[in-house]
Amino acid sequence: MSSASSTTSGAAKPASTRANPANKWEAAADWTDGRLGIYSLAKANLRKIFPDHWSFMLGEICLYSFIIIIMTGVYLTLFFKPSMGEVIYNGSYVPLKGISMSEAYASTMDISFEIRGGLLIRQIHHWAALVFVAAMLVHMMRVFFTGAFRKPREINWVFGFLLLILGMFDGFFGYSLPDDLLSGTGIRFMEGALLATPLVGTYLQMFLFGGEFPGHDIVPRFFTIHVLLIPGIMLGLLVAHLILVFYHKHTQWAGPGKTEKNVVGMPLMPVYMAKAGGFFFLVFGIIAAISAIASINPIWAYGPYRPDQVSTDAQPDWYMGFSEGLIRVMPGWEISVWGGHTLNLGVFIPLMVVFPLVLVAIGAYPFIEGWITGDKREHHILDRPRNAPVRTALGAAWISLYLVLLIGGGNDLFATHLHLSLNAITYFVRVGFFAVPVITFIVTKRWCLGLQRRDKEKVLHGRETGVIKRLPHGEFVEVHAQLPQQDLYKLTAHEQIQPVELPAQRDENGVARKAGVFTRTRAKLSRGFYGEGSQIPKPTAEEHHEITSGHGHH
Amino acid sequence: MSEEKLPESHGSAGEVADHGDPFADPGLPAHEPRRTDIDERAAKRAERQVSLMFVISMLATVGFIASYVAIDPDKIVYIFPLGHVSALNFALGMTLGVALFLIGAGAVHWARTLMSDVEMPAERHPIEADDEVRADVIQQFRTGAAESGFGRRKMIRNTLIGSMALVPLSGVVLLRDLGPLPEKKLKDTGWKEATPQKPLQLINMSTNSPMTADDIVIGSLTFAMPQGLHTHDEDFQQRIAKDALMLVRIAPEDIKDDTSKELGFQGILAYSKICTHVGCPISLYEQQTHHALCPCHQSTFDLADGARVIFGPAGHPLPQLKITTDEKGFLVATGDFDEPVGPSYWERAR
Ligand code: FES
Repeated sequence: MSSASSTTSGAAKPASTRANPANKWEAAADWTDGRLGIYSLAKANLRKIFPDHWSFMLGEICLYSFIIIIMTGVYLTLFFKPSMGEVIYNGSYVPLKGISMSEAYASTMDISFEIRGGLLIRQIHHWAALVFVAAMLVHMMRVFFTGAFRKPREINWVFGFLLLILGMFDGFFGYSLPDDLLSGTGIRFMEGALLATPLVGTYLQMFLFGGEFPGHDIVPRFFTIHVLLIPGIMLGLLVAHLILVFYHKHTQWAGPGKTEKNVVGMPLMPVYMAKAGGFFFLVFGIIAAISAIASINPIWAYGPYRPDQVSTDAQPDWYMGFSEGLIRVMPGWEISVWGGHTLNLGVFIPLMVVFPLVLVAIGAYPFIEGWITGDKREHHILDRPRNAPVRTALGAAWISLYLVLLIGGGNDLFATHLHLSLNAITYFVRVGFFAVPVITFIVTKRWCLGLQRRDKEKVLHGRETGVIKRLPHGEFVEVHAQLPQQDLYKLTAHEQIQPVELPAQRDENGVARKAGVFTRTRAKLSRGFYGEGSQIPKPTAEEHHEITSGHGHH
Repeated sequence: MSEEKLPESHGSAGEVADHGDPFADPGLPAHEPRRTDIDERAAKRAERQVSLMFVISMLATVGFIASYVAIDPDKIVYIFPLGHVSALNFALGMTLGVALFLIGAGAVHWARTLMSDVEMPAERHPIEADDEVRADVIQQFRTGAAESGFGRRKMIRNTLIGSMALVPLSGVVLLRDLGPLPEKKLKDTGWKEATPQKPLQLINMSTNSPMTADDIVIGSLTFAMPQGLHTHDEDFQQRIAKDALMLVRIAPEDIKDDTSKELGFQGILAYSKICTHVGCPISLYEQQTHHALCPCHQSTFDLADGARVIFGPAGHPLPQLKITTDEKGFLVATGDFDEPVGPSYWERAR
């Protein structure tokens, strides 16, 4: 502590100099402020401005479903017994009476049939998990396609990305817990993936399962991971994510009065509080109603797990479906190396190589794009997806890959429901894995450019009014109306980044200089992103003047 | 695309700042009052709507508690179009859903109709510190670093880095007792007890009794486990995950693979039931083609041809068990599988 203040105030006790509070609420606030400093905290935040756009609620859905998952999860842990000890079922579900099963399965049965409201909470928990992952994906798409991940928000993108991955895996661990036939099949799938890892696979398997498959440890271990380890990390990431959102403030669309330097919207108190708080109840209410209506994961229909049995619809939850697709369409490559060893590429490549790559591609994207553009400025105004055609096309290509793999993961369902040959679907997916993203990329990029051209057209020639005018010489024309200035501004506010140029071949002394591979690749990529074929030049004020000032304009 | 679909479109004209540049930012549009801002009756109506939602929510919560007390958990009702559902689950879920949803809807409606909707700008502040702060902090850090002598005393620094790098290894080592070492565990199955002198009978999984060759008809698929294994055994799950057997009988002239034919008995072939892909049990059999299909990822094995993989992601054929009959005519195995069953792994040798 510096000595200056202590000398001036001397030995006197720092006292509250507050005038008498108006009522007991203010008095309570004064009391708290004296301990926690809440006034200074609230000063900055009580009327903090939040911009309003429907797509901002996607992130809120993630947050709220996460809270719902935690609340219902706590309830479930009060009744669930994470044990693989064998018991004979004697509950009220008649078809399974007298059958031996693990305590985990039996207690899940009890939650579903004996405990009043237990089934509902189980369903809400599972539905909320699905909503959670889906909302995270869509939320990330929003952030991706609008360029909201750019500086200063790259780190927050990574936090969000980690939350997505952890959410997916926690979902996987979660549906492995009841130890029903379906969940056991999923665990076996994971065992196969572990075993396929070269060198250490068998050790990983033995250590995770505490011995051979399935052993007795897997449910209690997964339980700890599912309820403690992963949610703990997620909670930390989530808090960090929100702090950063708060600190950076929201992004906003270009529009009248909105700049890179301000944020336009309504204050936290009261509007945003009421809307966001209310929205939590909307989400919770809808999930509760869905859980009342649509039954999910009816474990009683599958029966307890037995390694020599299988249920017919052995499908993972949809968000893991792409990994299932990967493993279904991969050819069974297995090679012997060094005599006594097997390299199981057929499982190793899809699950331990491609699967992480598909995910990591998302996490690394902001850094890749930042490197290509060489753009070091802060961005708070969003891009309309059409104005960043290559990024938009990359995102679309990624989604198309995900969907192709999802088709691969559900090839049996597609086959039975659409009366197609299963093998044909698999071959289609094998080709589609490579072809569909490329096609999607090309189509999306052209589409964006088309939309850019439309915008330009509209800026220069106005909007069609539907009014037909007959000219003196008999021709009929449609009257085009000038756009109001705010719309003109919105349509032209985006900036057009120029590709990074290669440094001059010779430096100022005329000495030849060669750009490294790195620099050259970057220049090439940058041209791909922002070169001639990738953006339509914005209309200029001169062009606009020329067209709007009189002759021949209609 | 119509103008309405532009982001954040409001349609009210802002003040035009500069007529010289048609694309200039016209500034924040003026606030347009809502119906409830100017019409007190409309505002009162909105107020009543909000309160009504909160009141219905209260009733729904009462309904929730009533359902909890009154409805028997076993009661199943038919509700169109959901079908037969648990009455309790339905009642609890619907009342809870309504109670929560209406709190939310009320709050949002309140915010939208009665709270001020004037948009206002707030300044952003650059995330980066200005140069002065930057220089100051870096200076302070340098002073601190110099005082610690971290850069000067290289030996301390390097040994510190070394010890920090090694200490996490303790955590890794502590994980060692999570499970046993693999050794030969994945290779051996319960059938290894069987020897030519002391063969093991094949026990039919559905009848729980040994079988003779005549019990298996051509074109059928039978599942078997080794004699001495019981479903109530402590390690049953672990054993059946490797021991499960499927028996097919194929007319001997249809068997294409000679080794496979020799391992069988009068056309009865005993294959591992565990898929060699990632270990699902194989359950679908097509008698015309002798193809067995794994339901998990559709690996297809030709049982007439040594269970060769003819489609799908599995990398090698199903292991086969050598079977014969004992003196009483029961089907028996005389040894373990010729290669490890289930998914393949690094140490697996053919
Ligand atoms: S486990 Fe049989 S095909 Fe994958």
